Amino acid sequence: MKPFGTVSGVAVPIEGENVDTDQILPARFLPKPRNGGFGQYLFHDIRFDDSGTEKPDFILNRPAFRGASVLIGEANFGCGSSRENAVWAIADYGIRAVIAPSFGDIFYSNNIKNGVLPVVLTKDDVARLIEDQLHEPGQPVTVNLQEQTVTAGNRVYHFKIDEFSRHCLLHGIDELDYTLSQLDAIDAFAARRAAEEGWPAQAPRTASASDDGANI
Amino acid sequence: MLDKIWARHAILERPDGETLLYVDRHLIHDGYQPAFEFLEERGLPVRFPQQVFATPDHYVPTDERRVAGIRSAERRGMVENLVAKSREYGITLFELDDLRQGIVHVIGPEQGISQPGMTIVCADSHTSTHGALGALAFGVGMTQAAQVLATQTLWQRKPKSMRISVEGELGFGVTAKDIILAIIRRIGAAGAVGHVIEYGGSAIRALSIEGRLTVCNMSIEAGARAGMIAPDQTTFDYIAGKPFAPKGEAWAPAVQRWTETASDPGAVFDREIVLDAADIAPMVTWGTSLEDVVPIDGHIPDPANAKTVEDRERMTKALDYMGLVPGTPLSQVAIDRVFIGSCTNGRIEDLRAAAAMLGGRKVQSGVEAWVVPGSGLVKQQAESEGLDVIFRDAGFQWREAGCSLCLGTNGETVSSGQRCASTSNRNFVGRQGRGARTHLLSPQMAAVAAVTGRLTDIRGGY
Repeated sequence: MKPFGTVSGVAVPIEGENVDTDQILPARFLPKPRNGGFGQYLFHDIRFDDSGTEKPDFILNRPAFRGASVLIGEANFGCGSSRENAVWAIADYGIRAVIAPSFGDIFYSNNIKNGVLPVVLTKDDVARLIEDQLHEPGQPVTVNLQEQTVTAGNRVYHFKIDEFSRHCLLHGIDELDYTLSQLDAIDAFAARRAAEEGWPAQAPRTASASDDGANI
Repeated sequence: MLDKIWARHAILERPDGETLLYVDRHLIHDGYQPAFEFLEERGLPVRFPQQVFATPDHYVPTDERRVAGIRSAERRGMVENLVAKSREYGITLFELDDLRQGIVHVIGPEQGISQPGMTIVCADSHTSTHGALGALAFGVGMTQAAQVLATQTLWQRKPKSMRISVEGELGFGVTAKDIILAIIRRIGAAGAVGHVIEYGGSAIRALSIEGRLTVCNMSIEAGARAGMIAPDQTTFDYIAGKPFAPKGEAWAPAVQRWTETASDPGAVFDREIVLDAADIAPMVTWGTSLEDVVPIDGHIPDPANAKTVEDRERMTKALDYMGLVPGTPLSQVAIDRVFIGSCTNGRIEDLRAAAAMLGGRKVQSGVEAWVVPGSGLVKQQAESEGLDVIFRDAGFQWREAGCSLCLGTNGETVSSGQRCASTSNRNFVGRQGRGARTHLLSPQMAAVAAVTGRLTDIRGGY
């Protein structure tokens, strides 16, 4: 995962509350291979018409907003389906930070897992950012994770993010390594939990394959 | 209840306040290829395969039970990958030709895999369904799912708690689906973000488990992390005898533990909402967000009456997509398609309730109506009761189990511009297919809409 330091570039406002992940990535693209590039499917059905031609009125197709690296959304952005492919579409398009007053829970977490920074600002701050971008398209916006700031023109907005997510994003790591370092505690807990529930004891699998398929 | 289940599964806490939560049951489906690839890249095994249960549902056709018969190579590949990986890692698998196959959120409860007091996850937002049995169940992303496969754990920040009480008796023709739609109408599509909802009150207690599953299923549509209902005698009676339920000597202590899971009488919640069951009418959505929902005896709302400019713009856009004129009575909205199924309303009681509305009448000409049972066992049960004959005689298509028209990932979709009365859970733009117009409603309302050819108030003469 690419470490996140500072991102500076075009910020595209996506207006409307409750933008769901079905809009960000329509379901029919879900079985596409991960390495095929999901950026081409980002907002597909609002971005392209039935023949695959760009719709000129969609904001991402306007010259000033093409190649945006920051996305600004409204309340409950990324609600609905848990599909992580929606974040792949955002990341593959080249967007590194998504700003909104609030996010769908799963979408928020999926962003961090894919090196995209979700930034929560107040509703008023987001409204002002959107207005400024619409008024002056292409004006660069800078998102600085170290300082936890968003800078647009001469305005600076401060945001909060939990320390662990910040650490993971800054260093381009995911939390799995840390979790794996706790395997002894996890195995002990698993044994205790099985005893509590009266489940048959099970030894944790440590090799990656097994030949005793349990297709019962 | 949230506190109790959380405490019972907390392995350790990080200084930033996140908890490493132990996962009792992990349900997986045919969208898991990226998770298995993640494991392979890291050289990690599935650590506790006995706690993982697999079934294909998203990509399976509902007119065919052979994997080889799946026409799209991409979709077939997703199903084949699930089968191959489940075998390789020793995961319990209900294959496409197994009667126990079905929508993952239907088979968890049906098989007794989902039990009170458990933590249950799946890379699917409707995992909240299983909370109906008194479990803490929620959807996760695919990377998180891969980490659960590798460690049986998940880092989570403890959500806030919210109690929604529905008190009193439901009126004639009002169902569990109408309860949850009325709740979302009241609190909004983002009304429960960051919260786990515990549903209570006499109207919820009076629901069957299947009705409770419908309510909890759509918790995510109000933005909630999860939805749950305290386990009670109804819950225990439902679970008793299910294939993966505790048996014999293990049963009594299990019921004892489950009973203790319920919230204490004086439990305090971060938020409390109360609804009067008698105020709830059969509901139907008119727009493209779950909060765009009105009683069936209402009218298509007028953007001119919107509270803010933003609301007006959003409503205008939704009405434009839906091809609807403000002020039209809902009962005059003609439909082209009917879909009875999904993890929301694809269980046996839903099919019984829908069939009972038909009364020998035929599906309106020009309407294409489908019944897609939630699992092979639901289908078998329905057939043993003759429901398939009732549906077929009326002109419905009687199909095989899967997610199908709820989201169209299997290639079955509603065509652009077609209007579908659907028992599923999302009315988003393009959800059932590009340009498809969705009206969400109960199975009873869907059945009646099929025969009248329009949205219909099932409480009146039709």
